[in-house]
Amino acid sequence: MNEKGNENENGKEKSEFLSGNEAIAEGVRLCGPQVIAAYPITPQTTLMEKLSEFAADGALSASCKFLLVESEHSAMAAVMGAAMMGSRAFTATSSQGLLYMCEMLSYVSGSRFPIVMANANRGTATPWTIFGDHRDSFAMRDSGWIQIYVESGQEALDTILQAYRIAEHPSVMLPVMVNIDGFTLTHTYELVKVPERETADAFLPPLNTFNKLSLEAPKCLSFAFWPDYHLESRCLQQKAFLDAVNFIERTDEEFYGLFGRRYHGLAEPYRCEDAECVLAVAGGVAGTTRVVVDKLRAEGRKVGLIKVRCLRPFPMKFFASLGSPCQALGVVDRDISFGLEGGLYTDVKASMYKPGAGIRTLGFVAGLGGHDVSKADIELMYDKLRNLADGKPEEEHQFIGMRWA
Amino acid sequence: MAEVGIMAIDFKNLSDRELMYGQKTCPGCGATVAIRLALKILGERTFLCIPACCAAATTNAYPQTSFFVNNVVTAFPATGSTIAGMAAAAEAQGLEDVTILGVAGDGGTADIGLQALSGACERNDNVIYLCYDNEAYMNTGIQRSSSTPWGAWTTTSPAGEGARGVVKSRKNLFDIIAAHRVPYCATASVAYPRDFMEKIAKAKAIKGARFIHVQAPCPTGWGYPTEKTIEYGRLAVGSGLWYLAEYENGEMKLNMTPKTFKPVESYLRGQRRFQHMKEDDYRLIEKQRDREWALLRERMKS
Repeated sequence: MNEKGNENENGKEKSEFLSGNEAIAEGVRLCGPQVIAAYPITPQTTLMEKLSEFAADGALSASCKFLLVESEHSAMAAVMGAAMMGSRAFTATSSQGLLYMCEMLSYVSGSRFPIVMANANRGTATPWTIFGDHRDSFAMRDSGWIQIYVESGQEALDTILQAYRIAEHPSVMLPVMVNIDGFTLTHTYELVKVPERETADAFLPPLNTFNKLSLEAPKCLSFAFWPDYHLESRCLQQKAFLDAVNFIERTDEEFYGLFGRRYHGLAEPYRCEDAECVLAVAGGVAGTTRVVVDKLRAEGRKVGLIKVRCLRPFPMKFFASLGSPCQALGVVDRDISFGLEGGLYTDVKASMYKPGAGIRTLGFVAGLGGHDVSKADIELMYDKLRNLADGKPEEEHQFIGMRWA
Repeated sequence: MAEVGIMAIDFKNLSDRELMYGQKTCPGCGATVAIRLALKILGERTFLCIPACCAAATTNAYPQTSFFVNNVVTAFPATGSTIAGMAAAAEAQGLEDVTILGVAGDGGTADIGLQALSGACERNDNVIYLCYDNEAYMNTGIQRSSSTPWGAWTTTSPAGEGARGVVKSRKNLFDIIAAHRVPYCATASVAYPRDFMEKIAKAKAIKGARFIHVQAPCPTGWGYPTEKTIEYGRLAVGSGLWYLAEYENGEMKLNMTPKTFKPVESYLRGQRRFQHMKEDDYRLIEKQRDREWALLRERMKS
């Protein structure tokens, strides 16, 4: 499991009964941003409300400015403006709001501003929906943001702390999007350990960046590039993502040392050692899948789970190194790239690709627009993987849980 | 006509130092005059933000910049919101005696940037927003904006057989921003540099959201000889088709009140964008002008 016990050496933590959104707000409070800008959208709203309460109660840093902006586009532009001045900044959104700020995402990432944003995953209209899937953030896959998906409120809080640490590291300097499933995580309550501010400060040093405006050394930021420099700048961005892989893993280990909880960097294998049938999932469905794995293991079936925590950078090496005893690998997508398949499935297959590799794969699309992904659905997926491993026919790409088969 | 002094500037001892030069604007660019003069007054402790527009495309291309102050480029709709964040950060950091300045064109202000500007004004963020109005999307090649005047030809409002250019009145940005009850809002013209610079100086001394809408003639888009930018700016004001005004403490006032207007033809005839106009069009514009001025005089002190 993720925890090494209730006590750890370096910090006292109090346990509180918090929703996912409230847990994120606590994480943000512990990171002490100087500027927060946000615009309400379901199911992010209670996060913004909690931060407003913190601001009103003086729980945020005394100097923290909370901008109630007129749109998500403005929210991202405002936190970019703050980052340009060298301030730590935070925003949060969801779904249509994320799509609306799409233009600013690439401004922020191209200029390497280390902004952290929480995204309450929600489907995208139309059909209009307030309920969860990953089609909002998956649509922003190539926006130049690190994307992390969490499984619980505790992981959400902890990942906010990790996210700033990763984003602000001089060799990374990339914005980070922390994705949390709308409603199933944002609005459900669990006991969450909230670290003390001093321990958080020990983990996350103040933002110290050269990438800011300065009266002593004036500069121009977010320049235009003519074609002669553009390719190199993108190459450096890609290098930063590849370098971030080690740093994300290291940050998780250091977090473990201080707080006693860890999330295994980019991807976490669960009971995979001798597993023949393995499901890879991102987000809250990982929690349900753990329960199913435990049940099937108790029945003697060799099944395992891979929780994909990072969509970008992608755990390429992790998937490339999968070998026997894994015979069949399924990927659960709460996303679909129309005309191809689930987005996660494509990335997993591409990472595993080597000529003559023996692992067979299935892509499952499930849980779109808040559709429940039940334990029975997941058991069914493991059954299908077993069929595949046994050489029985299975469609490679399947929708799971539909009213018609 | 009488010019009303706004704020004393010691012009004789004004710094020779240019904070903007080397830009690749067209010869005779009115927007350049506006930004250069504004920076002269605002000084080195200015943090400048420009969206994708003429002023950004001609000043910043890696590794060169035309500015000697801190400056950033932001997205087209995002001037108001980016400077809002910059101002919030400046305040959070306790930076004192600095000016957060947004500079955007008419399209970036009256069209795609209006939402963000409105937000900054409504929150009374501590920023100056300078809109240089060349009355069309010039950076993309002369397309109509909501600030293009009635009758003007642009590439998206053709004129000729059966078409008369733009056939609707321009948006009044001054009224829109004044309706936000900001501490300071003004119109100006690059052809009246003293009035313009005094307004910049006044804005600098005030805290909160300040907006200055400066007409900046564009020889390329309007179609007149490059040496006539100031002349056309003065003709616009002289013929009553642009006015110099302020909004402060809940009151509007005119800074210049022509006793008689120059004929509108004196302003329109020499510009390529109005070449298609006939006598009827001039009279219609005259009528629009007189109606607008009757309204202005009714509600403004002069």
